[in-house]
Amino acid sequence: MVAHALAEAVTYPAVGASLDVERISHAFDIDGSVLPVLDDVNFSVKPGEFIALLGPSGCGKSTLLRLVAGLEAPRSGVLREDGDPVTGPFPSRVVVFQDPTLFPWRTVWNNVALGLEAQGILKTQRHRVDAALDLVGLSQFRNAYPHQLSGGMAQRVALARALVNDPKILILDEPLGKLDSLTRITMQAEIVALWQRKGFTTLLVTHDVEEALFLANRVIVFSDRPARIKADIAVDRPYPRHRGDPRLAELRRNILGLLGLDATW
Amino acid sequence: MSTYSASKTVALAQSAEEGAALSGRPLSLAFSLPAGGTGVFASLAWVGFGISCLWWPDIGDWTRTHQLAAAAFVISGAIFLATVAGSRLGRFNTGLQRRAPWLLVSALFLTLWEVATAKFGWLPLPFFPPPQSIIEVYTDDLPKLLDSIIASVRLQLGGYVIGATVGFLTGVSIGWSRSVGYWVHPVLRFIGPLPATAWLPIAFFTFPSSWSASTFLIALATGFPVTVLTWSGVASVSNAYYDVARTLGAKPSFLVLKVAIPAALPHVFVGLFMGLGSSFAVLVVAEMIGVKAGLGWYLQWAQGWAAYANMYAALIVMSLLCSGAITLLFRTRDRLLIWQKGVVKW
Repeated sequence: MVAHALAEAVTYPAVGASLDVERISHAFDIDGSVLPVLDDVNFSVKPGEFIALLGPSGCGKSTLLRLVAGLEAPRSGVLREDGDPVTGPFPSRVVVFQDPTLFPWRTVWNNVALGLEAQGILKTQRHRVDAALDLVGLSQFRNAYPHQLSGGMAQRVALARALVNDPKILILDEPLGKLDSLTRITMQAEIVALWQRKGFTTLLVTHDVEEALFLANRVIVFSDRPARIKADIAVDRPYPRHRGDPRLAELRRNILGLLGLDATW
Repeated sequence: MSTYSASKTVALAQSAEEGAALSGRPLSLAFSLPAGGTGVFASLAWVGFGISCLWWPDIGDWTRTHQLAAAAFVISGAIFLATVAGSRLGRFNTGLQRRAPWLLVSALFLTLWEVATAKFGWLPLPFFPPPQSIIEVYTDDLPKLLDSIIASVRLQLGGYVIGATVGFLTGVSIGWSRSVGYWVHPVLRFIGPLPATAWLPIAFFTFPSSWSASTFLIALATGFPVTVLTWSGVASVSNAYYDVARTLGAKPSFLVLKVAIPAALPHVFVGLFMGLGSSFAVLVVAEMIGVKAGLGWYLQWAQGWAAYANMYAALIVMSLLCSGAITLLFRTRDRLLIWQKGVVKW
């Protein structure tokens, strides 16, 4: 109760940004040969939408996320956040990686404070760190060091570290990939709740078809490397969703078919 | 309802505490004797050492034999009283319990040393002085010894701080900047492995004073391991940390100061530790050869006068200083790297 009241007291600008992925192609140089990873990828995301990117392992989904984050520049094509081209990393687009990559030498609180500190606004904005920790329910662990946390807790801290910046686009690179299945189910519901409350645009890379369908408004299915868009599927079900929903099961069968895995169904 | 159960719990807890206190006291008394057994033996051993000083006549002319015996009796008494006082001394007592075997063995060693040198001369005399002659050095030659200690500490500290600072900054620059690495790395490869003492002849005539030459050599001996380990520490920081920091809005200065350096710090401390060890060696050599002050010089001087007791006395002081410096470094590391507790076993 208290945690909620505190979090509510801070006003968040609940605005996601739109994202346009315009004819993006990308490749890597490996030992002199060129390895294409993204081939003419084209889609747009409306403000506040939740998009899941699905595709076979190693197809280039994570590379796309790095491009959206601004950590790398694409070989060709343009990415636009609210119409402005992406030229480098910016705290309005924050990534949560598969590994929590918390800084082991910082306490939980100081890890969450990282973004505000890097932007030089921590002194006046300390309450935002407290609010973000409340949001993920880890206020009692503010003084703990990362090695004292469980995998799920560490990933929650990583989520808080992203959310404290009030991102317009939250980029999730298989954030639940390494968690046990029970923690995973809990955190899927938490992510939906956070997204609905804050209204940020979300881009989620996942291998898990069920997870994609449980969370996203739209599921974009990629081909094998170099990644091309195979299908763009709207998930027209209201939240909160239920895993047993027959419509989701039907979509799941379709998607598995697109990935060439329907024989196992 | 809740008040009732709360007060009941408190009452229960209280009675349980009293019970523990009642049964606890006789228990601790019963156990204090066998646990303090080693303490009693240690106390007796120190009495034995004192007696060994007085029982036989000295075969040489030493002035501190009686004082040494008196000191042994005082130590023995202190050990005995502390053992009897037992748990009433709290933390001090557990420390004493742990060290009791060492106290016992050191008394036996001292007795053997005393008997083998001062009483029967089993060990040839000028080369193996008895304990009382070393005590004599500490009491009678104190001013010169203190001067030497101060000179050594000043020289060591100056050179070490300069070397560690320069090494740290160089290491961070090489690890961070590719162009710095391109120019500095070959120089480091070429000069670094050379023992700093090899520079002695050159250093002593290129520098204006032997003191500045020695400072340079100590800095050199410290700087190399600190540079290499800082560099490898910075270079081995996972890119994922930089990615995270960059997406959160970090500028390059933040990446160096708040990501690279803290992540490299465990390596840096290994470098500081290695640098400390090799700089000690340089310090002593430099003092023996060039600088006319310090413990190394004192050793050299004592040997020249065949004052072997002075040599042992200086060696003991030197070893205390070196191990003290290393302890200090470890303490600092433990404080700064408290986050590693549970991640790494030292």
